[in-house]
Amino acid sequence: MTELSSLELLLTAVLALVALATVFGVILGYAAVTFKVEGNPLVAQIDALLPQTQCGNCGYPGCKPYAQAIVDGEEINKCPPGGQATIDALASLLDVPAPELDAEHGEEAEVKSVAYIREDECIGCTKCIQACPVDAILGAAKLMHTVIADECTGCDLCVEPCPVDCIDMLEIPQTLADWHWQTPLPPAERFARANSDSNIIATDRAA
Amino acid sequence: MSKIWDIHGGIHPAEHKALSLGGPIRTVPLPPTLILPLSQHIGAPAYPVVGVGDKVLKGQLIAAAKGFVSAPVHAPSSGVISAIEEQTVPHVSGMKAPCIVIQTDGNDSWIEHSANPDYRQKTAAELVALIGDAGITGLGGAGFPSAVKLQPRQPINTLIINATECEPYITADDQLIRERAADILIGIDILAHILGRPERILIGIEDNKPEAQQALASALKNSGNTDNAGAIEVVEFPTKYPSGGEKQLIQILTGEELPSGKLPAELGIVCQNIGTTHAIYRAICHGEALISRLTTVTGQACGKPGNFEVLIGTPVAHLLKEAEFDAQRCPKLIMGGPMMGFALPDTSVPIIKSSNCLLATTAEESPPPPPAQACIRCGHCAEVCPASLLPQQLYWHAQSKNYERLEAHHLADCIECGACSYVCPSSIPLVQYYRAAKGEIRLIAEEKRQSDRARARFEHHQARVEQEEKDKAAKREARKLAAEAAKAKREAEAEIAAANPQAALDASPSAGANDSGELDIVQAALARVAAKKASPEDQRKRFERAIETTAARLQKAQQVLAAMASDDSAEQQIKRDQQRASVEQARLRHQEAKNKLAAIETDQAANGPGDIAAKPATTNTASADPGLDRAAAAIARAQKNAAEQASMSPQQKLQKQRDALEKRLGKAQTRLAQAESEGSEQVEAFNHAVATLSEKLKAADLELASGSQDSGPAKVQTHTTEDSN
Repeated sequence: MTELSSLELLLTAVLALVALATVFGVILGYAAVTFKVEGNPLVAQIDALLPQTQCGNCGYPGCKPYAQAIVDGEEINKCPPGGQATIDALASLLDVPAPELDAEHGEEAEVKSVAYIREDECIGCTKCIQACPVDAILGAAKLMHTVIADECTGCDLCVEPCPVDCIDMLEIPQTLADWHWQTPLPPAERFARANSDSNIIATDRAA
Repeated sequence: MSKIWDIHGGIHPAEHKALSLGGPIRTVPLPPTLILPLSQHIGAPAYPVVGVGDKVLKGQLIAAAKGFVSAPVHAPSSGVISAIEEQTVPHVSGMKAPCIVIQTDGNDSWIEHSANPDYRQKTAAELVALIGDAGITGLGGAGFPSAVKLQPRQPINTLIINATECEPYITADDQLIRERAADILIGIDILAHILGRPERILIGIEDNKPEAQQALASALKNSGNTDNAGAIEVVEFPTKYPSGGEKQLIQILTGEELPSGKLPAELGIVCQNIGTTHAIYRAICHGEALISRLTTVTGQACGKPGNFEVLIGTPVAHLLKEAEFDAQRCPKLIMGGPMMGFALPDTSVPIIKSSNCLLATTAEESPPPPPAQACIRCGHCAEVCPASLLPQQLYWHAQSKNYERLEAHHLADCIECGACSYVCPSSIPLVQYYRAAKGEIRLIAEEKRQSDRARARFEHHQARVEQEEKDKAAKREARKLAAEAAKAKREAEAEIAAANPQAALDASPSAGANDSGELDIVQAALARVAAKKASPEDQRKRFERAIETTAARLQKAQQVLAAMASDDSAEQQIKRDQQRASVEQARLRHQEAKNKLAAIETDQAANGPGDIAAKPATTNTASADPGLDRAAAAIARAQKNAAEQASMSPQQKLQKQRDALEKRLGKAQTRLAQAESEGSEQVEAFNHAVATLSEKLKAADLELASGSQDSGPAKVQTHTTEDSN
């Protein structure tokens, strides 16, 4: 009798486990189909941190391809327009140590710039229009072109194709609208500046 | 006496208000130049509507508002616009901004303007428009366009008039209330009218201004003409800095704390500065735009401090002269109060709509701050913060530029009152950290906005480029398919023709004529081959046969023509003409064959079987009809060349080759020149071609020279038969 009951017990357990496995399998299978995430969400997260200049300095044809490349194992220090701030943000997102900017791909610009077409020299060849990754240049064949300054990312890509070299990259001057206070220097540095002539400690000066 | 509430924190700095309260409001003589920045307010800068050299009158509009949150600028006195240019403006950055400069003419003549003392007959919208057109902005310091504030979306139950002047030294509002309380009350009545008579009208004033309170009270008593006078209540509360802040004053007077990121209107409250109220009175009841304001000039570096009625745009230096300012004693000139003001870069900058005070303190009065020390975490800053923030935490995060944490600690709610810096025992410039961090956060948000825009544009660009590529590929594919279909069709037709050539011929007699031409070529070629081998006897037989076939063909063509004759349609006529031509052709051929046979017979009779081999062959090809197609012509040319070459001596051959080379070289050189003039990329290829050609030419020359030495002068040969071509 005991043998039978133990067999029964075993069967019950197996059946219960099979039933559970079936139920959860169905739920998981349904979830996998219904809540499937298109693409790698990490790519979108990285893309959100990149500056979107679409300049191609990193060696990829735009910010999103570079984001994809980072996911595939590319270095994170190849974006000069983003500079160290972007590298730091990427490093904290990916939880890796933040490297220095790779100088091979260019240097971080101090001031943002915008493309400017010297309009009386433009011959209307449309080469810059084709080069612009964000469609920020207006014009048509044999008609003067001009840059929509608000849309220009300052990526530089239109300068090289111009056959008459009439595109300048102009630095955007600071105006009252974007001026803001600077963070005060750390106390030690401020003291050093105020007393740059002497290396004495504060109490020595009074003496 | 209505109930008042207390705000968190606050400080009690030394007031120094008596310094500038010595006498009545003083006037300032007309300055020779007035400088009017286009952006004296929060919002979009105004745009100039006058040009350089224009004459303007006092109160004339010189720059119009651009957009909803903006304010126009008016000429404060009559004169000539001398410049519209970048000038240093009163801003902490010391930067330049676009300004209109007026050279005053001294007449101070007003433009025509209309007063509306019966403002109660007007609608709220009309009054708000008048206020907006008068260029009135908040005169308390922030400079927000007043008309915008007076169009709340929510119903308003409380109007608060801010008569709180909590910063030390400043007395402009105090003085204004003392002297013009009655005008202010009319201004308040205008506001009440616009806002649909709110239930409560509270004038918030501190207890350190008893004279001003007295003036307001007596004005209220006297104002019989304002029927809602009873609703206006002057609320006194203890002096504390910074109770003049909008949020703080609302809390003091109503007990309601304005939630973060919300506007007072959402609580049914509108708050206006008392100076602004007076400006609104001037604008409505006198039709005067905002062209002057009351400014306190004070500090111990001033010989005669006081409150001045000053035109907007008056250079600071001009105003300071009136107050007997001593530049020697003043290390730092401040615009605004000691707590929230900023140091002016120089004294050429103008007074603007929001300039409530010029503070010229001596070094003893406000010594430079001692060097900042490390934070000792005393917590005094948190105790005095009127916004109940944690200044110490904000300081740490601002130092490490941890903007996320800063936002989590509600940095945006900091009103930058400076109370924390004031109490800091380590003299840390806390507010500067917060201002820098706020600016940085704003900048990051702006960059984020721009990069999002760039991303969207880039994606659209990519999509468009891809679509174009796809369209192109589709077109290419379509063309390819069409070409293949056409080819298949041609092949099928050719097959049918090959399988049943007679049917094809019969189907189209005109095509048959062409085909017979081609057949003739084949026949001619065969004949040529045969002629080379055949004996004259065979040739005669062949020609006899030819005569027979041509005769047969002629007959057949004539029959077809006869059959056609009955039909008269245009199409048939064309066909008939064609058929007639082929009949003619067949007849000619028949004739020719006969002639040739005769010639052979005579030749044979004269020369015997000599070298006539080439003759009939060439005559035969030459006899092909003039409409012979290009293939036949090319065959003929090649044949002629071959015949020529065969007959030429090697010397002549060489000479001919050399001439051809020379011709090619000439052509190559002209091509090269053209390519060079056009700057084409093929210049190099052409160069190469010219070089190889000239080399070949040289080699040919050499060969020719050696050849002529070997074999002497070339023998000239002629081919009379070829000439007949």
